[in-house]
Amino acid sequence: MHPLVRRIQETFAAEIAHSTEWRDDVAVTVTRDKLHDVAQFLHDDPGMDFDYIIHVSSVDWPDEEERFEVVWEFYSIRKRQRIRLKTRVPESDCVVDSLTDIWKGADFMEREVYDMMGIRFRNHPDLRRILMPDDYTEGYPLRKDFPLRGKGWRDTFDFLDEVPR
Amino acid sequence: MAFEDQRTTIYKVDPAHPESETLPTLRTEELLLNMGPQHPSTHGVLKVILELEGERLVKSTPVLGFLHRGVEKLAEDGTYHQFIPHTDRLDYVCAMYNNFAYCRAVEKLINLQVPERADYLRTIVAEVQRIIGHQFWLGTQALDIGAMTVFFYCFRDREILLDWFDELCGARLTTSWYRIGGVERDLTPSLIQKLKQFLDYFPPKIDEYIVFLEKNRIWLARTKGVAVISAEDAVSFGLSGPTLRGSGVDYDLRKYEPYAAYPKCEFSVPVGKNGDTYDRYWIRVMELYESVKIIRQCLEQMPEGPVMADVPSVTLPPKERVFTNLESMIQQFKLFSQGFNAPPGEIYCGTEAHKGELGFYIVSTGGGKPYRLKIRAPSFIHMGAFDYMSRGYMIADAITLFGTYDIVMGECDR
Repeated sequence: MHPLVRRIQETFAAEIAHSTEWRDDVAVTVTRDKLHDVAQFLHDDPGMDFDYIIHVSSVDWPDEEERFEVVWEFYSIRKRQRIRLKTRVPESDCVVDSLTDIWKGADFMEREVYDMMGIRFRNHPDLRRILMPDDYTEGYPLRKDFPLRGKGWRDTFDFLDEVPR
Repeated sequence: MAFEDQRTTIYKVDPAHPESETLPTLRTEELLLNMGPQHPSTHGVLKVILELEGERLVKSTPVLGFLHRGVEKLAEDGTYHQFIPHTDRLDYVCAMYNNFAYCRAVEKLINLQVPERADYLRTIVAEVQRIIGHQFWLGTQALDIGAMTVFFYCFRDREILLDWFDELCGARLTTSWYRIGGVERDLTPSLIQKLKQFLDYFPPKIDEYIVFLEKNRIWLARTKGVAVISAEDAVSFGLSGPTLRGSGVDYDLRKYEPYAAYPKCEFSVPVGKNGDTYDRYWIRVMELYESVKIIRQCLEQMPEGPVMADVPSVTLPPKERVFTNLESMIQQFKLFSQGFNAPPGEIYCGTEAHKGELGFYIVSTGGGKPYRLKIRAPSFIHMGAFDYMSRGYMIADAITLFGTYDIVMGECDR
């Protein structure tokens, strides 16, 4: 087991759902209600010292019970180590804690996840759409059920059996 | 009505001098100003809503997404090879570095080793691209702030390198020269000679740029002490590249997690002290000298050998064989129509582009297409700090701020 994962597991024994290590990337999946505590620990603990936020992302797994996976990636500039923190949310209750109070940069990144995947962040100061227009009502583009090739007025066209002469 | 309530009371009636009550009252309400999306200094289509108190910025709200093309969604519909031209259109000023960052991420996903010569070629071209990026930045930043001459000088020298790219891969901006597993073609002797000529020609020109700006009182007044951000805040916001190094953090992936031929080259990473616009400018100019140094060393050390890894299930066959050999043509066709089978898993791979850390987070479930591809674009993350960094400065400093991030909207909106 990676020393980072072991260290987290010592502090949060029950909350770690599972951890993976693949191609030198360490990923830890935590339960949703303890996410903020684990993130705070990653930021504050001198052995962890993850002061730099790399990205916030999300993955859609439509066939699974907890449909969405929210992914944070952190880096420690002093310790030169990186870690990926993940949590799962079901579609019926798409809410996770915002980490904007720990990393200021999480603000725009979480807004993008909300815009693209429709996951809400609790305690986010300004949760609005960021890349799509504010009045966009056709859903969340990066969900897997959003069609890859167009949607909207083009689908309403009637097909012609033959070219009228 | 609402303005009445929000009226700031800077010019209160002094109780000691009640006669001042008769003075005409100044209108001091906050003013909302829409800047952009069509504004020459916003480097693309960016809109910022500025809340002003007099000429001071109270709050600024960036409105992004005017150039959103859904690149991450498009990636899910194409094979890994097919996505390379899309990366050109992210940061369309510096396409080579985007190709490089993407190819590195895919190579990490499929665990592919690149031949040594390809590593050197990648480093050389990436550094040439860094020079182009910084020249473009310096020219436009100086133009925005009001020093026009530097713009012409930078673009004159940038043109030489763009012509060099033209000869290298047939395109000046949207290059698509990097391939998964190597590069598209080797440097010809003519290209190497031209690059060496440029390396001799260029350093005195950097001195020229500096002379124009260091003695320019307007430049100094508009960059020194403007848009200051402390190291702690810069790290917390996730800034990267020269924007972070200006605050005194020496975070540079070329040194922290060396890749390609960077560990074999000697170069230094300039780091600022004050975290203001001037320090960020100074770092970029110093990086021009460092890039020249890196290219020189790479040209000297570069070994002979293939420029593409020989893994037929993943890498493309050489172009001349595609046109003469049936098997190679089938290989090329299959790789582009079906792609290669990537193992299931997920990786993040960051590369130090000239703007900052350009990263790709790829989730694969096997098969020829990425299941999810997320681009960590430095321009987007830098815009997150815009409001924080602009507060309290003059309205004209908003222009300086766009420039100091080196923002390109193609990358910001994706």
